[in-house]
Amino acid sequence: MSSLRYESQVRPALVEGQKGYHEVTEDIVRPIEATPTRAWWVGFLISVLLLTFGIISVTHEVIYGVGQWNLNRTIGWGWDITNFVWWVGIGHAGTLISAILLLFRQGWRTGVNRAAEAMTIFAVMCAGQFPIWHMGRVWMAFFVMPYPNTRGPLWVNFNSPLLWDVFAISTYFTVSLLFWYSGLLPDLATVRDRAKLKWRKMFYGVASFGWTGSTKHWQRHEALSLVLAGLSTPLVLSVHTIVSFDFATSVIPGWHTTIFPPYFVAGAIFSGFAMVQTLLLVTRKVLKLEEYITLEHIEVMNKVIVLTGSIVGVAYLTELFIAWYGQNPFENWAFMQNRVNIFSPYGWSYYLMMGCNVLSPQIFWFRKMRRNITVTFFMSVIVNIGMWFERFVIIVTSVYRDYLPSSWSTYYRPTIWEIGFYMGTFGLFFTCYFLFSKFFPVIAIAEIKHILKKSGAIYKEKMGAIESESVEEFASEHAHHGHEEHAAHTAH
Amino acid sequence: MAVKKFVVGYFEDEPELFEGVKKIRKAGYKIHDVYTPMPIHGLDQVMGLRDTSLHTAGFIYGITGTTTALSGIGWIFNSDWPINFGGKSHFDLPAWIPITFELTVLFSAVGMVLTFCYLCNLAPFVRKHHFNLRSTDDQFTIVIELTGKSNETDVQAFLGSLGAKGINTQVAETGWWLGTYDKTKLPYDNKDGIALG
Repeated sequence: MSSLRYESQVRPALVEGQKGYHEVTEDIVRPIEATPTRAWWVGFLISVLLLTFGIISVTHEVIYGVGQWNLNRTIGWGWDITNFVWWVGIGHAGTLISAILLLFRQGWRTGVNRAAEAMTIFAVMCAGQFPIWHMGRVWMAFFVMPYPNTRGPLWVNFNSPLLWDVFAISTYFTVSLLFWYSGLLPDLATVRDRAKLKWRKMFYGVASFGWTGSTKHWQRHEALSLVLAGLSTPLVLSVHTIVSFDFATSVIPGWHTTIFPPYFVAGAIFSGFAMVQTLLLVTRKVLKLEEYITLEHIEVMNKVIVLTGSIVGVAYLTELFIAWYGQNPFENWAFMQNRVNIFSPYGWSYYLMMGCNVLSPQIFWFRKMRRNITVTFFMSVIVNIGMWFERFVIIVTSVYRDYLPSSWSTYYRPTIWEIGFYMGTFGLFFTCYFLFSKFFPVIAIAEIKHILKKSGAIYKEKMGAIESESVEEFASEHAHHGHEEHAAHTAH
Repeated sequence: MAVKKFVVGYFEDEPELFEGVKKIRKAGYKIHDVYTPMPIHGLDQVMGLRDTSLHTAGFIYGITGTTTALSGIGWIFNSDWPINFGGKSHFDLPAWIPITFELTVLFSAVGMVLTFCYLCNLAPFVRKHHFNLRSTDDQFTIVIELTGKSNETDVQAFLGSLGAKGINTQVAETGWWLGTYDKTKLPYDNKDGIALG
């Protein structure tokens, strides 16, 4: 009893059920130790098939050139860059959850951060494919790396947002991977120490880097997590800012807007959380982790979705207002004729985007809807469709009509190889996610244990009893302990 | 590291662990380490460990990244191959900010993780002695090193009086890396004739 750390009864429990430390380990490690279910195999094989389709599509594009895609004279960036921005956006929620919410001391992040970070890494891997294969002569891809070379030396242009993107995305991928894996080490050690099979002992022995759980190591681990979180927070904001610079620093009407960085970042968090919902609603059900990823977690994430969705809505309207107010005829045309005019060739996509991203998330103002799993799942898919169309609208409707009507392009629609490439990244993403959910703990075990005595259901019940007796008595009785913990906190 | 002899026991709850560690230190026994399934705030202070300087290392790596980016781009654009971008300044600081920022973060993060792994002796294929396999699950394992001044049965009895469970004695080489927090890296010379194993 005396080990309880007081937390208000107003806050709902983050770990439901009768759980002690050992039960937490059992519950989270169980899916790793069990043989994969039929559903897992079916899902995994579908993902691998999609991935194969993607590999065939890319091979086709590499052999015959970018002409295999339906890009044309004014639409140089079609599905390809749309997909790139979409995947990068999805890759924002993981770091937001693990870094920014760590700095804000949000206890609920512990239930979802591991899977969200994994999702981030896989999404960034998918995103990276698009600019790389878009190069056409992909064997020249290393030209984007600045190093003393025999071509002059001819350097890359450090003033170009496209090069900033190379640095931003590769840094983001590296830092996210380090953050994710350093957090995984203690949990992999937990799996290793329970392992009965020889291969499992070896695999997790190598993967856990020989973690022992020494106090000094934990102390350094905490410091490392905190500093990495501090570094990742501006990093995650910088990545989508720089992606938006790819557009905003150009002179193309429809792209040349200063509102892009915050608008892109809000959109990224919006779509990232939607993808986290899609994945976790399935994961918690299939792996029976409903007591760790509770309705509470889902509700909180839906709140983030309605907030960021509304920010995105404000950005859409601001951009529209400025297009009219700025009285630049080209900018005005790009918005009023190419987008808002529903009878223009791509007018439909603008309204699809508005409907999915701005109107539909408003349903989450109602608590009942936020806690409804079917509605949440449906909405998470709708949001990601909407966010894909946002990027499509930004890219295609801004470039398909050039300044000269003679170069207005014919209606752009993707070829099967463009679609195949996109489907292939879904294959890559889900193949990685299926492997992750089979071989790695999808919930951060050590972090759940860390909040267990504060936010676990059975411990909260005990706190309720104490609270009704006397809060002061409880506080003074544990003032000693609490003080030390507090001191350690501030020292870090 | 040399082969040493340890008395091992575990606690099931944090408060007992805190009390136990305090009493063991008061009694003057040498705590080799305490292994816990999750970070326990304040335990490092109770054990008398100094605060980590990993943050400082991170800062130094970070400014190294900043310097690398600024000096690298500055040298390339001003001296090695000055390109005229529409008559703009060769020293175009605002345009360098994104890459400078990214390299600062990259150097700091990579450097810190490598330092962390080095300090904690973490790497694939590292062999370590694990005193209690349940200490990554639900047990708080305390390991006391036997020195010339401490007697095995005394330490075992003392641990028992603190409420520790599963008390046993292990002879082990805890690791083969440099830089553990165990400051005495001298090999155990067994001057006092303690029976090993």
